[in-house]
Amino acid sequence: MKTKKPKKELTIDQKINRRNFISFATFIGLGSAAFGGYKWLYNSPIETSGITGGTRKPLRRALNKTELFFRNFFSNNHLVKTYPKSMAAKVVRHNSDIGSEGKLPPENWKLQVTKKSGEVLQVTLDELRALPKTEIVFDFKCVEGWDQISHWGGVKFIDFMQHFKLDNEAALQYVGLETPDKQYYVGIDMPSALHPQTLLAYEVNDQPLPGKHGQPLRLIIPVKYGIKNLKRIGSITFSNTRPRDYWAEQGYDYYSGL
Amino acid sequence: MLIYWANDEYSITIFGHTFVRFFPDWYYNLLHIPSRLAEGMAFHFLFMWFFTLNGIFYILYTIISGEWRQLVPNRHSFKEAWLVLLHDLHIRKTAPPQDKYNAAQRIAYTAIIIMGIGSVITGLAIYKPVQFYYLTWLCGGYHFARIIHFALTLGYVFFFLIHVFQVVLAGWNNFRSVVSGFEVINEQPQPVIETPHEDEKA
Repeated sequence: MKTKKPKKELTIDQKINRRNFISFATFIGLGSAAFGGYKWLYNSPIETSGITGGTRKPLRRALNKTELFFRNFFSNNHLVKTYPKSMAAKVVRHNSDIGSEGKLPPENWKLQVTKKSGEVLQVTLDELRALPKTEIVFDFKCVEGWDQISHWGGVKFIDFMQHFKLDNEAALQYVGLETPDKQYYVGIDMPSALHPQTLLAYEVNDQPLPGKHGQPLRLIIPVKYGIKNLKRIGSITFSNTRPRDYWAEQGYDYYSGL
Repeated sequence: MLIYWANDEYSITIFGHTFVRFFPDWYYNLLHIPSRLAEGMAFHFLFMWFFTLNGIFYILYTIISGEWRQLVPNRHSFKEAWLVLLHDLHIRKTAPPQDKYNAAQRIAYTAIIIMGIGSVITGLAIYKPVQFYYLTWLCGGYHFARIIHFALTLGYVFFFLIHVFQVVLAGWNNFRSVVSGFEVINEQPQPVIETPHEDEKA
C-alpha cells in the first residue's frame, strides 16, 4: 500500500467501518472455513477395506494417530481395578456369538500356535490347565456402553508365552487370534497381550467356560474393550503387521485400549 | 446406566437395550442416528482434540492478555448475578452496574471453563480407565465419571441455547461488538459501543 498515501486522517466513523469490515470478513471467512471443513470431513470417502475399514479416511487417520499418542501412557504397572469375588455377576452377560456358535467338544480342540519359524504347536487344554492358574475379577467394558464385573480364571498370556518358549514371538509387535471357524478374529498389540492381567481363560465363576462364553478357551484382556476379548480361540499367530480384526473392519478403532 | 455412548455427537447405538430409555427410538430415527456407534466414536476421538486444544488456547489467551480479570467472578458477582437474572426476566427494572461483562456473564463464562476442564478429566477417566486410573478414582469411579461427562454435555446444550437466545435478545450492535471485539485486541472497544446509545453515561 505504498502507492497512495492517505491524504488525510480517517474519521472515527471510517475507522469503525473499516474495523467492522475486517472483523466481519474474518468472522464470515473463518465461519465458512469451519463449515466447509466439516462438510469436507462428513463427505470424505470411506477408507479402502483392509485390516481396517468402514470409517472415513481422515477419521481413521485420526484414530491411528490418537492411538500412537495414548500408547505412550501404557504401562504394565497400570493395572485394571479388581474386585472381590462376591461382586462378580452370577449371570455373565452374553452379547454375541460370532465365530462361536454351537458347542465344540473339547477333546477335538487343540490350540494351534504358529511360531515364527512356521512350526505349529498343538496345545491341549490339559497342558494349559497344568500351568499356574490366575484369577481375575474386573469390570468388563463394552464399547456399547455397558460394563459388568465378572470373574475369570485361566493362564496368564505371558506365562503361556514363557512356558512354550515363545520369546522370539514375543519380540514381534502383534498377536492375532482367530476362532476355529475363522468367523471372528482380533489383533492385539504385543504390549497389551503381555500385560500381566491378560489371560487365556478357561473358567468363569470357577466353572469351565460354557459354550456361549467361548468354550473351551477364550481371551480375557482387561486393557481392551470387550470386542477384543475373543471367544473360543482356535489359533494364535504372531507378526509385525496388524493381524486382521473383525471390528476394526467394521469401522472401530483398531487399538480399542483402555 | 447405559446412557452413554449413545450420546456422542452424531452417533449412537446400543443395539436395542432397554434400560432407562435415555433417548427413545423416535429420537434416534428423527436424527438418523441408530446403530452408528463406530462412526460416532471416530468423530468423538477426533473432535476431542479440537475442543481440548481450543479450550487450552482460550485459557492461555485470557491469562496472557489479562482478559481473565473481566471474566472471573468477584466477590459481588453472586449477589449481582441474581439481580441481573431478575432484570433479564423483567421482574426488576434496573440492572446492577457492570463492567465489560455483567455478574451473570462472569459466572457463566467461568463456569463453562470449569465444565470444560471437567469434561476433559472425566473424558480421560472413561477413555483410558486403566492407564489413567487415578483420574477415574478422582471422578468417583467409571460409572460416576460417565454420568458427569454426560451431564456436562447436556449442560453445554443448555448453555448454547440460552447463550444464542440472549445474543438474539441483545441485538445487532451487541453481536457486532462480539465479532469485532474479538478482532481488535489492543485497541479500546469503546467506539463500537459508543455509536448506538448514549444512555450509558447517564
